[in-house]
Amino acid sequence: MSAVSAVQLEHGSTSTVEAPVRETETRSEAELDLPWQVVVHNDPVNLMTYVTMVFQRVFGYPREKAEQHMLEVHQKGRSILWCGVRERAEFYVQQLHGYLLLATLEKVV
Amino acid sequence: MEICREGEALQISGLDPFLAELLRQIPASANTEGAPEAEARLFTEPSIEKEICAEWKSYVEPGLRRLFRNATETVAADLEQLNGNEKSLHNRTLKIPFEHADAWLNALNQARLVIATKYEFSDEELNDHDRSPIGSRRDLGLFQINFYGFLQEFILRETQAA
Repeated sequence: MSAVSAVQLEHGSTSTVEAPVRETETRSEAELDLPWQVVVHNDPVNLMTYVTMVFQRVFGYPREKAEQHMLEVHQKGRSILWCGVRERAEFYVQQLHGYLLLATLEKVV
Repeated sequence: MEICREGEALQISGLDPFLAELLRQIPASANTEGAPEAEARLFTEPSIEKEICAEWKSYVEPGLRRLFRNATETVAADLEQLNGNEKSLHNRTLKIPFEHADAWLNALNQARLVIATKYEFSDEELNDHDRSPIGSRRDLGLFQINFYGFLQEFILRETQAA
């Protein structure tokens, strides 16, 4: 179909109208659905017990799981605490910053 | 100095003037004024994406500033119990209401982070808990970090036991 279409009017005459311009979506559906991850980075000032408590409070993790993540942060420099939709990831990062932890949200690639 | 839980309060008793003064320094130590690196540490960027950081600065950061300010104000109000001259600070007791525990944890963490950033302590220095004596302002800063950390540990233990 061309950009200009013929339209039959009521009185039998014909006229032409511009076809609507289609805008290109810049983000693909797959990209929009891309999950985000909440990453906590190591900070030598924050106490290990404090970090564990924060993970328990923010994510509701049991003590053992919170400690595992805390040790991963301590030993490897970072740990992925959660993965999912952006809005929720932002909420978690906000909570973590409220406790003064070094946290970022990253796209899962 | 003794530290324990007394009913609905955390109690620090037998404070000498030096430790009482360190406690009184918590709100001032958490102040980032004139220390842009410390300010940057308390308000870190949430992402490498500029758009997210810009939104964060507008919509999230003001809330974080309020949260941190409320915590230091709560602590400052509790510390009014220690007001007085040096002589009157001998053997004083500070009672922290249990519902203020989160504010204390937050303010102590702010102070520790700001001091650590100001003096650029290395990991080794931060892990050297037996360092003494205090010979410089920098040494005092490290002592403050350890003392505030000790208080945080105690408050955490008591809140988790509750």
